[in-house]
Amino acid sequence: MLKRTPFHDFHVAAGARLVDFAGWEMPIVYKSIVDEHNQTRNSGSLFDVSHMGRLQFTGPDATRFLDLILTRNIQTQKLGQCRYSLVCNEAGGVLDDVIVSKDLKHWAMVCNASNREKLVKHFHAVRHDKSLDFDMADETESTAMVAIQGPKVIDRIAEVLPVDIRGMKRYSFVSEELFMTPFTVYRSGYTGEDGVEVVIPARAATMAVKMLTGSLDKPDATIRAAGLGARDTLRLEAGMPLYGHELGEQGDPISAGLGWAVDLTKDFIGSTALKAIAAAGPKRKLVGLELEGRRIARQGTPIVDDTGKPIGEVTSGTFSPTLQKSIALAYVDAGKSDIGTAVSADLKGTLNPAKVVPSPFYKRT
Amino acid sequence: MATPTDRRYLESHEWHKLEGDTVVIGITQHAADELTDITYVQLPKVGTKLAAKGRFGEIESVKTTSDLYTGVAGEVVAVNDALTNNPGLVNSDPFAGGWMVKIKPTNPADVETLLSSADYDKKTGHA
Repeated sequence: MLKRTPFHDFHVAAGARLVDFAGWEMPIVYKSIVDEHNQTRNSGSLFDVSHMGRLQFTGPDATRFLDLILTRNIQTQKLGQCRYSLVCNEAGGVLDDVIVSKDLKHWAMVCNASNREKLVKHFHAVRHDKSLDFDMADETESTAMVAIQGPKVIDRIAEVLPVDIRGMKRYSFVSEELFMTPFTVYRSGYTGEDGVEVVIPARAATMAVKMLTGSLDKPDATIRAAGLGARDTLRLEAGMPLYGHELGEQGDPISAGLGWAVDLTKDFIGSTALKAIAAAGPKRKLVGLELEGRRIARQGTPIVDDTGKPIGEVTSGTFSPTLQKSIALAYVDAGKSDIGTAVSADLKGTLNPAKVVPSPFYKRT
Repeated sequence: MATPTDRRYLESHEWHKLEGDTVVIGITQHAADELTDITYVQLPKVGTKLAAKGRFGEIESVKTTSDLYTGVAGEVVAVNDALTNNPGLVNSDPFAGGWMVKIKPTNPADVETLLSSADYDKKTGHA
């Protein structure tokens, strides 16, 4: 039986196409991925991301524990700040990418739905091995989470929430209460747009959507519902890695271009392996590709150099609705990763010309 | 939208409509909806000879890539060039403006052996 989010009835009423997403019944699209994508770039969209894992850590060793499992230095993290970080295995392989936030009473972590159970097991094992004293609470199913993204959402949300949204820095958060309902607003997201992610009690989900967005079903509404299909094309244009595509246990964060999120001056699980990779230089690198024509290079498509020699593989590809170009992220040999390098995507035997371009493909102006 | 009764179908969602001595081929509304936003349609050249149940092209959407099949053997006599710049026509008007190829069939009666609209609807659960 697939898990349902507190917004399930809303999705059905809005005509969503629901699919199995990491064990959750999630909306992939309501009407059109491209329309929902453009609505996000031009105005605003609401995405149900309640399937993402939400864990809380408290107790005397919570900070020590997180310092041990996260690639970033959390000792310097301030109250009210959230940070992107990686959780690695001993070999430096990526177990997950997460957002960790520091509150007065606890640390909170948002992880990928597909990795939640694996992470919880890993955390229990670390706690046991290192005899650490902390509590871990899984709040995923007792809360709901929505991402509201787009150039017009901050003004809209400022009208309804008793929070100084405009004054918030990116990657900061506030916890407040409204009508006796606690909620947390993060100024973060995964679309390349400005926006917020809001966590609320599951029971308050329906009320919150109405309040935050007004009438979603009007064709000219500032904020409309968007599915995970649009979320994927948006994040790809913004060059953001996705677990299972750009990130996985067989890869490492240095090759993925996430060296900025790895603090090699501290010791953490995987740091020895990652120091070695950083010292030698990664053998392959994640690059952005632009393809000639309209064909899409999907995950697994081989990339070859100008002599036809295989040099890598596509991890994600789409036809960019914003740029009207075929784009992809791919791992290629480090020697072929310079901007402007001419390569080809092997589309079932047809060599489609492509070149290495800067990623993100799209940057908000 | 109701599946038109003036044409015949393949289980792989292509429709075939006899117009004079040619057969026009496209894909159904059901298939277009399942694919979501179509971004690219690869069509054969005029003059290409196709075998029955043969592959004549490829269709790509934001979501996936699929092969296109003909139900009848014949020679391609026209392709819909409008799809090159506007593949979204297949989403918005699959049974008319979004047509893909016209072929001159080796045996026009072969069209009658394909699925009726009622049979197609039954297969796709729309009946």
